[in-house]
Amino acid sequence: MAVQNFEQIFQQKIDDDIRIEPKDWMPEKYRQTLIRQISQHAHSEIVGMLPEGSWISRAPSLKRKQILVAKVQDEAGHGLYLYSAAETLGISRDEMIEQLHSGKAKYSSIFNYPTITWADMGAIGWLVDGAAIMNQVPLCRASYGPYSRAMIRVCKEESFHQRQGFEALLVLSKGTAEQKAMVQDAIDRWWWPSIMMFGPHDAESSNSESSMKWKIKRFSNDELRQRFVDMIAEQVKLLGMTLPDPDLKWNEDTKHYDFGKINWEEFWNVVSGNGPCNKQRLDTRKKAWEEGVWVREAAAAHAEKRKQRVVVKEGIAA
Amino acid sequence: MNLFRKYYYGDYDSMKGNSGEPANTNDKSSGAPEWPLFEIFIRSKQGLDHKHVGSLHAADAQMAVENARDVYTRRQEGVSIWVVESKHIHASNPDEAESFYEPANDKVYRHPTFYDLPDEVDHM
Ligand SMILES: [Fe+2]
Ligand SMILES: [Fe+2]
Repeated sequence: MAVQNFEQIFQQKIDDDIRIEPKDWMPEKYRQTLIRQISQHAHSEIVGMLPEGSWISRAPSLKRKQILVAKVQDEAGHGLYLYSAAETLGISRDEMIEQLHSGKAKYSSIFNYPTITWADMGAIGWLVDGAAIMNQVPLCRASYGPYSRAMIRVCKEESFHQRQGFEALLVLSKGTAEQKAMVQDAIDRWWWPSIMMFGPHDAESSNSESSMKWKIKRFSNDELRQRFVDMIAEQVKLLGMTLPDPDLKWNEDTKHYDFGKINWEEFWNVVSGNGPCNKQRLDTRKKAWEEGVWVREAAAAHAEKRKQRVVVKEGIAA
Repeated sequence: MNLFRKYYYGDYDSMKGNSGEPANTNDKSSGAPEWPLFEIFIRSKQGLDHKHVGSLHAADAQMAVENARDVYTRRQEGVSIWVVESKHIHASNPDEAESFYEPANDKVYRHPTFYDLPDEVDHM
């Protein structure tokens, strides 16, 4: 069969909502697009553990500490699900780690911002995980089987992340004047970076068209961003707080919230490595990988020893 | 937006400027080869089949079982775990699916709906 026929059959499957599985024929560009997207998503989960991880030892109570540990542990799991999904496309785990460490692969820019107060833990859960969920729910129907299955697993675990974040802020918002101010400050700092998480405007988004055709993506960046703004603009009222956007206003005609201009210069600046924490995040990951060499080697040696023991035992039995 | 404001509490390490260039970052896999990949199967409750849930790398089967517990059963999703090294899985070829499953296509009489029975026949 000619490649053209393969492509036709492939696109027909996609159009019929039949999932593509690892051993099925797929266009090289589909494979590459998925590897890029899934591995960057995996890196985001892993790097995303760092801003919150730094607060585990400083959580204000045992309860909050347990919740935060559970959440950060979930993110590690999400990284694993996604790395595994990417591996089914023919890239090795080591290659992906190498791409992260060399800077070739990106991760979500949001994790290049610092977490400076306890309220940031709440704001991250509510806004950052909230935006992530908005992006991730449609991915549960992505055309590539392993990716969609990984996303279903991720989404099941995510909803607790957003809820615990909102609840943490809710508690603070009923507290002292200082606690209230801390909540507002956290919202002020996380709001804009959160809505940038949906990526550039549709007109400037380079990979969108083929991703839509291949059903890797089902909604445009701007559509998802608008949904998120509409949701948060309502929820923020329950906290008795405001969003740092003077142009945010309900629009009776469109039945959506209008919002102000996004500072894309900042976005691209952070993407290209100049955010407040880019270097720190990557250094931390590289350090963890390098200082973990002995652990990986010891585990391999231990596994080898265990194998020998089995052989000896079986030898005696025989 | 105070993007380049310097913070001095929280995220301590970078702020104190002690993030020196780590050594040999170009060393691809930092020596050791990747651990083998295992496929994980979980029985969600007694009486049900084990079902494929995903995969993970581990040094050996025992570590794979322990890690599978930590990632795939954190919310009581399982009561039993199987792990199989991925290289031991043999699979049918999707390119041959059409001919491979063809024999079942023309055997409608294997389905109960093939048989027309009078409405009076109950419980069948
Ligand atoms: Fe996550
Ligand atoms: Fe999360």
